[in-house]
Amino acid sequence: MDFGFTIAAYAVAAVLFILSLGGLSGQESAKRAVWYGIVGMGIAVVATLIGPGQGLGIVSIVLIALGAAVGYQLATKVQMTQMPELVAIMHSLVGLAAVFVGFNADIMINTVADLYAANGGTLGATLDDGITAVGLPKEVHDGLSSFGQLIAKKSGVEIGILRVELVLGIWIGAVTFTGSVIAYGKLAGKVDTSAKKLPGGHLLNAGAAALSLLFTVMYLGGSGSWTLVLLTLLALFIGYHLIMGIGGADMPVVVSMLNSYSGWAAAAIGFSLGNDLLIVVGALVGSSGAILSYIMCKAMNRSFISVILGGFGGPAGEQMAVEGEQVAIEADGVATALNEADSVVIIPGYGMAVAQAQQAVSELVRKLRAKGKTVRFAIHPVAGRLPGHMNVLLAEAKVPYDIVLEMDEINDDFPETDVAIVIGSNDIVNPAAQEDPNSPIAGMPVLECWKAKQVFVSKRGQGTGYSGIENPLFFKENTRMFYGDAKASLDKLLPMID
Amino acid sequence: MKIGTPKEIFEGEARVAMTPDSALQLQKLGHDCVIETGAGEKAGFADKAYKDAGVSVVKTAAALFKAADVVAKVRAPSDAEVKRLREGQTLISFFNPAGNTELMEAAAKKGATVIAMDMVPRISRAQKMDALSSMANIAGYRAVIEAGNNFGRFFTGQVTAAGKVPPAKVLVVGAGVAGLAAIGTATSLGAITYAFDVRPEVAEQIESMGAEFVFLEFEEASQDSSATGGYAAPSSPEFREKQLEKFREMAPDIDIVICTALIPNREAPELWTEDMVKMMKPGSVIVDLAAEKGGNCKLTVMDEKIVTDNGVTIVGYTDFPSRMAAQASTLYATNIRHMMTDLTPEKDGVIHHNMEDDVIRGATITHASEVTYPPPPPKVAAIAAAPKKDKPKELTAEEKRAEEVAAFKKQTQTQVGLLALGGALVLAVGLVAPASFMQHFIVFILSVFIGFQVIWGVAHSLHTPLMAVTNAISSIIILGALIQIGSSSLLITLLAALAVFMASINIFGGFLVTRRMLAMFQKS
Repeated sequence: MDFGFTIAAYAVAAVLFILSLGGLSGQESAKRAVWYGIVGMGIAVVATLIGPGQGLGIVSIVLIALGAAVGYQLATKVQMTQMPELVAIMHSLVGLAAVFVGFNADIMINTVADLYAANGGTLGATLDDGITAVGLPKEVHDGLSSFGQLIAKKSGVEIGILRVELVLGIWIGAVTFTGSVIAYGKLAGKVDTSAKKLPGGHLLNAGAAALSLLFTVMYLGGSGSWTLVLLTLLALFIGYHLIMGIGGADMPVVVSMLNSYSGWAAAAIGFSLGNDLLIVVGALVGSSGAILSYIMCKAMNRSFISVILGGFGGPAGEQMAVEGEQVAIEADGVATALNEADSVVIIPGYGMAVAQAQQAVSELVRKLRAKGKTVRFAIHPVAGRLPGHMNVLLAEAKVPYDIVLEMDEINDDFPETDVAIVIGSNDIVNPAAQEDPNSPIAGMPVLECWKAKQVFVSKRGQGTGYSGIENPLFFKENTRMFYGDAKASLDKLLPMID
Repeated sequence: MKIGTPKEIFEGEARVAMTPDSALQLQKLGHDCVIETGAGEKAGFADKAYKDAGVSVVKTAAALFKAADVVAKVRAPSDAEVKRLREGQTLISFFNPAGNTELMEAAAKKGATVIAMDMVPRISRAQKMDALSSMANIAGYRAVIEAGNNFGRFFTGQVTAAGKVPPAKVLVVGAGVAGLAAIGTATSLGAITYAFDVRPEVAEQIESMGAEFVFLEFEEASQDSSATGGYAAPSSPEFREKQLEKFREMAPDIDIVICTALIPNREAPELWTEDMVKMMKPGSVIVDLAAEKGGNCKLTVMDEKIVTDNGVTIVGYTDFPSRMAAQASTLYATNIRHMMTDLTPEKDGVIHHNMEDDVIRGATITHASEVTYPPPPPKVAAIAAAPKKDKPKELTAEEKRAEEVAAFKKQTQTQVGLLALGGALVLAVGLVAPASFMQHFIVFILSVFIGFQVIWGVAHSLHTPLMAVTNAISSIIILGALIQIGSSSLLITLLAALAVFMASINIFGGFLVTRRMLAMFQKS
């Protein structure tokens, strides 16, 4: 069977996927771009179903329909504040699927090898030219699935490479799976979000990785499928232990990293199946996740390695003592300042998501804008638990996206801002990053909200951020602390804005 | 404790150290108030108003000094007044201890505690009792009003049916509290205002008040006023030369000069020389707030208004705050009241003279029969030292160009280096790997490349949708499962079926949620 048609369809799908990612450069084009992705996926699946995936086509369709039903439920029920969890759990599915497909490939290799043995040949043996495989008798060959046929045609070197690829696919897939499950647990609050490691710490990970390598070598040497199973177990452990060791607020990096891994796993599987579309998409997703991780790390001024290894490095020396006192303020004080202000900048953080305060924030913005004030949002790249998390929350609350600005776009405007409101964020507005070279977050780009004439910080209570770093912003002369749950505080504030 | 305010006996002094309002506040601290009859009259506060506020009015100064435990007044005490002090009594007033040593010693001998309002240290906490600042503020305002009174034209420019009126040009020399107040007043009257100060860090304040900072081209380590408690220090002769040159250049254009330049405990520096006065247009006005210390202009006659031969009016009054007695009294009485608040920490009417407190210690010049002036330096620095600013080096066009070229070269180097490294790696793989693998490998490399190019363009705000959509398309792994599902092996079929199911959840879930998110992004 020749699947020229399928390959052509894959090419179309690949182009559509690239366009679909490229379209995300703007809010309006993105709405069109997502359709490119959907159509691309449709073409790819249909082409496979009528091409190499004909076997048990009905079962496939039924399963896809079932999956669709579940996926629909998930997508329509999810709260926008739960997006990080959803993304994480979906990564785990891709990882697990990669593991299954990888195992299938191994089983297939064994089956084909058995067939060769039954027919008096060896899998991977070649004709005199050293490239063309000996092949199976025609009736046996035709009895194989298309994937089996593909393997049967491979030479010894190709089989070796195939095995490397599927080991990679399975290993990365397994790490992604447990890692994502743990990330999901942490994001959903089902697993303790603090960084936890088993005794032995990173040595345990390193040991597991070394053992994996050993098993890989053994597997390639023909020690049999049990090495593959052990290897998978090790990878599952690494995924678990690695993510357990990373704290809650590093989750943006973790989630983008897992995003990247799921891509690389797909690409590796693509190699072993000889499927170019899988390779293309895997590479696209892999590089996308890698870039996101890079952006997140840069926004925290931390190296990728240090995030993965978990925990903040100790301070480089004596940290500056914070002088002054935190001055509290009540809703009426904030309302007076807001009523008098001309320009307001709001800096949301994870605390806003936790308190589900985005609707109240949106209402506040609507009221202030109705009075002709300039109101804008400043979004730090690592605000929230997912890249772009705040943007989605604000969009859900019907905040127009053109007043939601990135850090670089708005940082210079703070000196001309009358009032800056910090809602549930802490480290991303910490002046110590710029002022104290010994601070653990020294050098991290931060929103310079303290340059505004007046700063209000909506915060549950006194206390440090997740990194345990004292925030001198709270002690500045122009800062007033608006204590209380963000939503309750805003609800109290809203009627006073007139 | 009983707090008493006598009538000021200094000639022409109209201010009073207690107002009915401040008396009410003092009573809240647990104190009783007493005032000499007619003390507030010139400032517009009648005895009746005091009585209504619960203040007892006594007939004579002698009776007042006898009755009061704390005497609060404005001007430094006269010899007679010091003689009336007794042991344990507290006097709060301006004092100028550096120039009034004898009087200070006399007060110490009497055993009285003297708090000099002009010695309150300039730290943030003490601002509320900084009477020098509140008086300087009034002086600055009044100086402009006085200038306007003697100036024959409008401040603001107007175009009227009867012709065009040019705006007045005002130069304020010295941007301390008085200077800034003068700038604020002059600009709000509509004048074009220029201001000069030897401390370059005040340029921002000057500009925030709406005046133009007169900038000197001068290469010298600029003054850091934090070392002198926020006050100006004498400048070098070269600097002064430069400064005078600049003023000379401006003099013919300036209509009104407000001089406020003072250096603590020194004669006022001469900044507006005789020849500058000669250059000014007839009808111009100079108001010299430094008159008491000799004046920034040497032609100034203290406490008098003179007109020079070329028709320039020079005002040398030193009693500007007193000329606005109601306002000045209100502010000064409030300063006194704040001082009393600090002296009465328990609000129980008992004075606790805490010599450990920076503010109280700094202002106290005699205590327990001893002269305690000068005070030790305060524990808190008056103003945080300004971080040394490295002036960004002005680059010439060539240097800039060279820098750009160097940056470009470096970029090229890294890029070429990376390309060479990547190329070598790919080649190395190609040497060992079979052609069938390399075909896929090329696809992979190109896809990674495209991926990097495309993803950099994604808007930051769309990162969450990006993750959701990449999630959905990474379920492309369903293809692998679909190919395998038709296998003869049951195990393979089973695993593949599971994979198809999971991937399908992801595809639909991912795309749907992306659509849902994107639909929410709305433009205003």
